[in-house]
Amino acid sequence: MKLLTFAILCGSCAWGQVQSQDAVHVFPVQGNVSMLVGPGGNTTVQMGKEGIVVVDTQTAAVAPQVMAAIRKLAIPPDTPIIWVINTSLDADHISGNEALLRLGGSNEASLRARVITHENVLNRLVAAGPGQARVADAASINDTYFRSPKDFLFNGEAVMVYHIPAAHTDGDSIVLFRRSDVISSGDIFTPDRYPVIDLANGGSVQGLLDGLNKILEMAVAGKYQEGGTFVVPGHGRLCDEADVVEFRDMVAIIRDRVQDMLKKGMALEQVKAAKPSRDYDTQYSGSPDVFVESIYKSLATPRKP
Amino acid sequence: MSKATVLVLSAALWGAPAFAQVDFSGEWAPLYHENGPERLPGPELGDYTELPINDAARLRADSWDADRISVVEQYQCRPHGSDYALRGLGNMRVWREIDPATQRLVGFHTHMLAWDSERTIYMDGRAHPPEYANHTWQGFSTAVWEGNMLTVTTTHLKENYLRRNGVPRSDQAIVTEHWMRHGDYLTVVTVIDDPVFLTEPLVRSDNWYLDPGQHIGIFGCEHAPELPKPEGAVPNHLPGTNPYLREVSEWYGLPYEATRGGAETLYPEYRLKLNSYKAPPKCDRYCTCTTLFDCQLR
Repeated sequence: MKLLTFAILCGSCAWGQVQSQDAVHVFPVQGNVSMLVGPGGNTTVQMGKEGIVVVDTQTAAVAPQVMAAIRKLAIPPDTPIIWVINTSLDADHISGNEALLRLGGSNEASLRARVITHENVLNRLVAAGPGQARVADAASINDTYFRSPKDFLFNGEAVMVYHIPAAHTDGDSIVLFRRSDVISSGDIFTPDRYPVIDLANGGSVQGLLDGLNKILEMAVAGKYQEGGTFVVPGHGRLCDEADVVEFRDMVAIIRDRVQDMLKKGMALEQVKAAKPSRDYDTQYSGSPDVFVESIYKSLATPRKP
Repeated sequence: MSKATVLVLSAALWGAPAFAQVDFSGEWAPLYHENGPERLPGPELGDYTELPINDAARLRADSWDADRISVVEQYQCRPHGSDYALRGLGNMRVWREIDPATQRLVGFHTHMLAWDSERTIYMDGRAHPPEYANHTWQGFSTAVWEGNMLTVTTTHLKENYLRRNGVPRSDQAIVTEHWMRHGDYLTVVTVIDDPVFLTEPLVRSDNWYLDPGQHIGIFGCEHAPELPKPEGAVPNHLPGTNPYLREVSEWYGLPYEATRGGAETLYPEYRLKLNSYKAPPKCDRYCTCTTLFDCQLR
């Protein structure tokens, strides 16, 4: 009996932890836009009478929680998802596409949803070798764009999708909900962790800075640099322009240091040993070595025109 | 005494809310007898004395270039955080918010001269926002009474500074304040816990006197490009290249190491290490600095 009780208690504890880790939290931002905070990052949703726009779907594993969060917000709860926008090819942004739309159940509108991303994302997913799981992700996309911005009017507001070339990857998008005044940035901006500059998928440090500067150009702060345009990052808390400034400055300053070391002829291992990010390592999670290495290699490799 | 009278009196007594032991409402003028040079003309570059900072904060401050305030447009109108606002241009108005239905204290509001910053200190028991909520310059403050002392806890602050020479304070800091009123004087002791940049809590105090005739004017600020600079330029000093860091030690005759801050330098035992200290022959920089207008510059 004791063993059974122990097993039940432990089982419920473990279940509780899993539930807690997998929980998707709803956080209204402003206007028609809300942020869904999950274990796979952030999802941005805009909803109204015409249906729902979803930016980034996280993973298939948390699709039920993402859908439950959407149902909490939607009036009526079975409001269909009409648009899905993926901001990059990363699995935690795209792998929930199919599962989320299937959870729309018999709702035909959800099954006919437009799933859109920049064409470079689809190209890279399709190019992935046999046996790689990305084929399923590629199949979940049914539309691409190549001219930036891609825009459409939905629920009475302009939704503008901008391509940010060669930043986190070469297929990144940021999404502006113009009337609600909210930007969904994807992984170009991650306020609590070092950004991933995915060189193998076309990322670069200068492209990342260009993307962050683009966000700053689009954002308008409220009185005394607070509020105004809100920014939903790929991961981390809700932000505004001032938070993007801090993050952009961090990337620019570490870039300057690595650039200086490169000019002095220092090899990668010497640069890493000098720890050019050491005053940011207590603030940003992720591997400083990986971040510094990606900057070094990005600067050492001339950008393609 | 009739039963009705007893009932009325009982209701009045029981109905009296657990109210502020002290009312902080009023116009408060700051006293600058502590840390005057830092708070009025502004701190010297490279002066990290009295700050229990870690190496990360030190390098961040060493790399800070004051040009950033001008060149990065978004910095031009950036206000103090609520932890620093109490120190600089700290003319302050405080007023209470009372729930008209219950006559209970919902919270205190403050208005500071600098950047017209307004803040609410909630006293109605509400919870702090979730970790994924946005942060603000003033943060999110709740408070409880500890006797006649109001203890305020603030979270959700935006990244800002511990000192206006680039010493950073992170957005993960939790600030505890203790508000104490003694007649017409107000003291606020601020304790900053910052796991990112401090090795131990930073404790500071600021004082005000009640000034009913005080008028706080409009601050106002509008950012604009001030210099032609490339888009996205972020002025900074590369490590080891900031030429201004030794000025403070030379001007004040302090050992350079003592100006670099750190927890060790806060304690009396550190004096034993200052054998080389030579006081300047006469004071000629910020010798008297008790108001905004009498700081003597060299």
